[in-house]
Amino acid sequence: MNNPLYQQNIISIADLTRSDLELILQTANSLKKTPQPDLLKNKVIASCFFEASTRTRLSFETAVQRLGGSVIGFDSGGNTSLAQKGETLADSVKVISSYADAFFMRHPQEGAARLASEFTDIPVINGGDGANQHPTQTLLDLFTIYETQGTLDNLNIAFVGDLKYGRTVHSLAQALSQFNCKLFFIAPDALAMPDYILEELNDKSIGYSVHSSIEEVIDSLDILYMTRVQKERFDETEYQHIKSAFLLNASMLSGVRDNLKVLHPLPRIDEIDKDVDDTPYAYYFEQAQNGVYARQALLALLLTNHFQAEG
Amino acid sequence: MNDHKLQVEAIQDGSVIDHIPAQQGIKILKFFKLAQANEKITVGLNLHKKNGQRKDLIKVENTFISDEQANQLALFAPDATINQIKNFTVVNKFKVQLPDAFVGVLACPNSNCISHNEPVETQFYVNNRRDLKLKCHYCEKSFDRSFFNELD
Repeated sequence: MNNPLYQQNIISIADLTRSDLELILQTANSLKKTPQPDLLKNKVIASCFFEASTRTRLSFETAVQRLGGSVIGFDSGGNTSLAQKGETLADSVKVISSYADAFFMRHPQEGAARLASEFTDIPVINGGDGANQHPTQTLLDLFTIYETQGTLDNLNIAFVGDLKYGRTVHSLAQALSQFNCKLFFIAPDALAMPDYILEELNDKSIGYSVHSSIEEVIDSLDILYMTRVQKERFDETEYQHIKSAFLLNASMLSGVRDNLKVLHPLPRIDEIDKDVDDTPYAYYFEQAQNGVYARQALLALLLTNHFQAEG
Repeated sequence: MNDHKLQVEAIQDGSVIDHIPAQQGIKILKFFKLAQANEKITVGLNLHKKNGQRKDLIKVENTFISDEQANQLALFAPDATINQIKNFTVVNKFKVQLPDAFVGVLACPNSNCISHNEPVETQFYVNNRRDLKLKCHYCEKSFDRSFFNELD
């Protein structure tokens, strides 16, 4: 069976259909259960970080190596001759992609990955382009929800914290709009979900509601997706006043559903108390680990036409 | 025709762009570089419409507006009509139509968009025809038409 993602680019979550997403999640699940240490043998993957990102880079490079491929690249654009000599991104991509079988990149400017994909024939994977997209984060989030709930349909999913500036929550909400979930948004007024995301949800008839504290909805949730409310966006008094509504601790979990999982893109500061770590609901560290499987799944699908996900 | 009602002189052969919103006529002249050709151009600015509003109008001799130019006109004058004139007679009349995308015409209002620094043509998709909102092919951000500047 031909796989529709073979030799494709992964630039924006909006480019992926529901069946593409399901294929990626099934593949991630299969690779988690049954490692494939030789799948990318003799493949060279370019890992180019024009902007530093330790977690994404380590997760991606681990994914390559777990599949038996090798990595070339750099971890920050400032150290490269590309930046110092003023070469265009288009030229850099042409050169680097002539060495490699796939091109994974993070770049500080929006649209960089889309542009890169127009200057090379090898698959480009967007590891974050400015404030725009970070599709591999969204895929690991979806995989974690799918893994813990067994489905992506008919779930109650709450997003908490900075919903205005958080690229992660925007992309995840957009991806979930392909499934039949109910979304709950819990944020300070100044950091509410932007109107354009709400309009997209309305267009797709996705049910959502807005709340002022976690406790209003926590007992009916399947997934509680926490993000950090950045202190620097508020003055100190205001921050102290609002932050308690957006913090989670173990005592708040006494009446929740058994299948509830708490997720967070990390790093967390104090929005999830350490006492939550020891509850059966904490799943954020497994979520970070799932980044490796989600990225392995993409590599397997983009670079091999024959790989069959198991069960 | 009664001479004192003639707002802009008739042309023998060429195009008449009518129903241009007031203030947009000069922009259209500049954008399409109409004045750089040697053809005679007659421009009416702030002409009275029957409903009391104002409009601009451009007549350009020996020049026929292409389909692509007609589409681009929609950026400035979504309700404009184009009359093609031969021997003082209107031989074809059509309304401009918004295309699905504009390529190489506008600059992205997002200053952090990669399209500003690289050897590519900008591209914007029309994602709201009624209020004219355009979405950047590269940075994926949507903006109202009023936020855009035309490329030189």
